[in-house]
Amino acid sequence: MADYKEIINQYKDLPGGIIEAYHALQREYSYIPEDSIAYGAQVFDLPLAKAYGVATFYSYLKVGERGKNVIRICESAPCHVAGAKEVVDALEKELGIKMGESTADGKFALEFCECVGQCQATPVITVNSKPYGDVTPEKIPGILAAYK
Amino acid sequence: MAEEMRIVLRNMGKIDPLKIEDYINAGGYKSLEKARQMGQEALIEEVKKSGLRGRGGAGFNCGMKWSFSYKVQSEQKYVVCNADEGEPGTYKDRTIMENDPQSVLEGMAICGYAIGANKGYIYCRGEYPYVVDILNQAIAQAKEKGVLGDFDIEVRMGAGAYVCGEESALIESIEGNRGEPRFKPPFPPVIGLWQKPTIVNNVETFANIPIIVEKGADWYKSIGAEKYPGTKVVTLTGDVNKRTVFEVPTNTTIRQVIYDFGGGIKDGKKFKAVQIGGTSGGFIPESMLDTPIDFDSMTAIGAVLGSGAVFVMDEARDIVNVVARIAGFFEHESCGKCNPCREGTKRIHEMMEKLDAGQGSSGDLSLLERLGTVMSKACLCGLGQAAPAPVLTTLKNFNSEYQAKLN
Ligand SMILES: Cc1cc2nc3c(=O)[nH]c(=O)nc-3n(C[C@H](O)[C@H](O)[C@H](O)COP(=O)(O)O)c2cc1C
Ligand code: SF4
Ligand code: FES
Repeated sequence: MADYKEIINQYKDLPGGIIEAYHALQREYSYIPEDSIAYGAQVFDLPLAKAYGVATFYSYLKVGERGKNVIRICESAPCHVAGAKEVVDALEKELGIKMGESTADGKFALEFCECVGQCQATPVITVNSKPYGDVTPEKIPGILAAYK
Repeated sequence: MAEEMRIVLRNMGKIDPLKIEDYINAGGYKSLEKARQMGQEALIEEVKKSGLRGRGGAGFNCGMKWSFSYKVQSEQKYVVCNADEGEPGTYKDRTIMENDPQSVLEGMAICGYAIGANKGYIYCRGEYPYVVDILNQAIAQAKEKGVLGDFDIEVRMGAGAYVCGEESALIESIEGNRGEPRFKPPFPPVIGLWQKPTIVNNVETFANIPIIVEKGADWYKSIGAEKYPGTKVVTLTGDVNKRTVFEVPTNTTIRQVIYDFGGGIKDGKKFKAVQIGGTSGGFIPESMLDTPIDFDSMTAIGAVLGSGAVFVMDEARDIVNVVARIAGFFEHESCGKCNPCREGTKRIHEMMEKLDAGQGSSGDLSLLERLGTVMSKACLCGLGQAAPAPVLTTLKNFNSEYQAKLN
């Protein structure tokens, strides 16, 4: 795995680039390693509190470890009425974890999210941002198989 | 039967979005050339005269906004395309960018020429990494062809904060900060990104520009509703037969949207409610379905056009339960900068959950109404101001649903 310092350094000349750097870290690790924030603060010449403040403001960013494949379930109103709850139950059962947790083998993380802009096919889940529409509990094992 | 009219989506399905040659063969980038020959003031005047109003929700006259930045003397100005599209139920900007990214780039470059800016940013929501790829490819092709001249465009990615769709929060986010809205005035056209004059327009607004320059203000003004001319790209979700995206003149009615384009209510059920403009929009009952969707007609019935999301609910839906979920959204998305919203969204959510669980009292209803009214006036930005709208409009238009669940 690439060193987080190398990843952050690539953005050091980009004005306001710390968010882009955090995205790049997440593409590599699926989360922002805790230690990297202090380094980010140094590179972008920010107080540590501010570098943390930015990392924790955005729901797409996650400070500290989580599973490699991030599964997000949209719970916005259109997906809510279309049966997001049943999808949540099926995912929790299939992976043996609760929403907000990661599997012990570090393969999957399960999270809620709001609308991901695929509302022509509610309910929607995403795996590593790739959308899957018209999801039913029956479709879950098939979708996850591709990431196991 | 109402008919679709494709202006913004005119190239959808007809060109390969990843081949700039297709866009150019379809007449693309001629408008930018024409704009540069018109001169800045005549160009801004033409856009103003077309009556084009922002498609991001606030409905401000586009040419007028540009004129504010044009008038400011500054060695550096910016054009920002708002592609944050976070309003639940909305997928129209994605549709535009996926099908015709060059039209957005051309619109931005025309704006850049009009106000005197040589740098543009597209702030695209983090949930759309696949759209970011398309945009970056489109920009690379435009640079290679040299069609943008000295106008440079860079894509920045949002990171899952709904409030960053608000233009000053968006600017904070591009600057690498927490996406908290700024106090206004000053407004971005005067003091915006890195303290420079900045025009923030929605994706759909920019996509309208090339064709307005091509066909002229009078042509555009003759389409749709008089005071909000042109078309609107609308996205249908919920209990309709066809959950789909289409583009209609702005004098199309809500009923036509749901029945002609959406194919009516699913499974032979009856209509109960429709929420338009995304999750911050009002809930509209059957009796108001003949209202045209244009900005002013919607405002007149206490609703909004907003992003153009149309979320339909059938007779079986529990309105109190849906509004409780929406209240959860706002509690989660409140940025926390101002008290009325940070505390208010939390309390609204609490009370809505209580009502949804059948444990609320009529006292809760009057408290909700009072809190909602205060928030719509006292909150710093549009998020907190609009957050109570679903509650207030359902208390008004669907009061029996609340009564039926009281303890
Ligand atoms: C909470 C909030 C969220 C918003 N989200 C968006 C958005 O996702 N896209 C958008 O174009 N405008 C959004 N807006 C409106 C913008 O602040 C701004 O008015 C708009 O981008 C201006 O462009 P326009 O004049 O072309 O509509 C939002 C406003 C608020 C208050
Ligand atoms: S109204 Fe809400 S989202 Fe807007 S500034 Fe206040 S706390 Fe933040
Ligand atoms: S509401 Fe779930 S994807 Fe839009």
